[in-house]
Amino acid sequence: MATEAHGEATGLSFHPMDQFIVRPLFGDGPVHWYTPSNVTLWLFAIILATLALLVLGTRGRGIVPTRTQSIAELAYGLVHKMVGDIAGKDGLKYFPYIMTLFMFIVFANFLGLLPMAFTVTSHIAVTGVLALAVFLTVTTIGFVKNGAHFLDLFWVRSAPLAIRPVLAAIEVISYFVRPVSHSIRLAGNMIAGHAVIKVFAGFAAIAAVAPISIIAVVGMYAFEILVAFIQAYVFTILTCVYLKDALHPSH
Amino acid sequence: MISLLQEAVTIAAEHTESVASSVAHGETETTTGLPQLDLSTFANQIFWLVVAMVVLYWVVARIALPRIGAVLSDRQGAMTGDLMAAEEFKLKAKEAEAAYDKALADARAEANKIVAANRAEIQKELDAAIAHADAEISARSAESEKRIREIRDSADVDAREVARDVAAELVRSFGGTVDQAAVDQAMDSRMKGALQ
Repeated sequence: MATEAHGEATGLSFHPMDQFIVRPLFGDGPVHWYTPSNVTLWLFAIILATLALLVLGTRGRGIVPTRTQSIAELAYGLVHKMVGDIAGKDGLKYFPYIMTLFMFIVFANFLGLLPMAFTVTSHIAVTGVLALAVFLTVTTIGFVKNGAHFLDLFWVRSAPLAIRPVLAAIEVISYFVRPVSHSIRLAGNMIAGHAVIKVFAGFAAIAAVAPISIIAVVGMYAFEILVAFIQAYVFTILTCVYLKDALHPSH
Repeated sequence: MISLLQEAVTIAAEHTESVASSVAHGETETTTGLPQLDLSTFANQIFWLVVAMVVLYWVVARIALPRIGAVLSDRQGAMTGDLMAAEEFKLKAKEAEAAYDKALADARAEANKIVAANRAEIQKELDAAIAHADAEISARSAESEKRIREIRDSADVDAREVARDVAAELVRSFGGTVDQAAVDQAMDSRMKGALQ
């Protein structure tokens, strides 16, 4: 990498991408599909975090909530309102699915910000599967609910007839680009933020720039906390928008 | 961030072949390309992701969401119930206030009645006392008048006696004979209107 080449020249060592390497959890062998890896570890950390917040945090079932229960209720309210507002009342049937996605991404992003952590959402493989799952589910729902009427999504009736075929082509392309943009937006944000933090941290090895480097890392970290939530929110809200298109395809 | 990503992608594309070769040798650690594009780890990531998502979905959909939903609806119910109870209490308070006002008005009316009754009674007693006093006063004044009249009568008689005696004595001292009858008559005619 460019930074690494530069690092070799000055004695600095930059490995901003090493944090994304998938390693076996035990031993040093190849990563087979079944090998428990650091991905596995952090995926289960996400599950445990979700359990801690949504299940353990609400075990009191209090009319007057505890702090943890309030946060769980806030998350519930946020996603529930989002689904209801965007996808409509009939979209609420898919609320558990969207809530799962939101909790997964939000915890993946936040746990990834812990030092030494592995960010599962920084991998195209993970976000790609999530986005493809959303894409396929939403498309299936669209055809099951509306039949051939679902294709109205691509046939813009409000436009003049002459332009409609062109618009239809654009709409179809944009529809199929959705999973790509959906997944790369999330993974790209995660990769970039974490890599930049690592690069800044690498500069801390030089005593003269270390204070600036540390301040930059702190600022970047704060920014990444914001990004971690916003990207989870964006991924979820886009899922709701796609779901709305599937449920109500007419423009 | 986007430029960095682009850079990363181009670099990764350059290294795709080296990635493939290193994967063949099982040397994922030494890969210099973007780890995200190391296809050899995709199966692993996807497999564990699917496992994790199934577990997470089960946890969220089966345990967490029904519980939180129940808590929220319980709270909503409790709030609605409490509000309704509050409304009821408010109504009760209003009724109580009305009853209190009514009781107060009743009590006031009763008090007025008692006051009026007492006043009437007192008036009656007063009237009786006044009447009694009037009677006494008139009796006393009648008695007094009688006595005054007696005194006046006696004074009249005395005055006549004295006048008669003085007249007779005067006549006698002038040398005349006293005709008692004439003196009496002259006395009477003179005294008429003087006394009384």
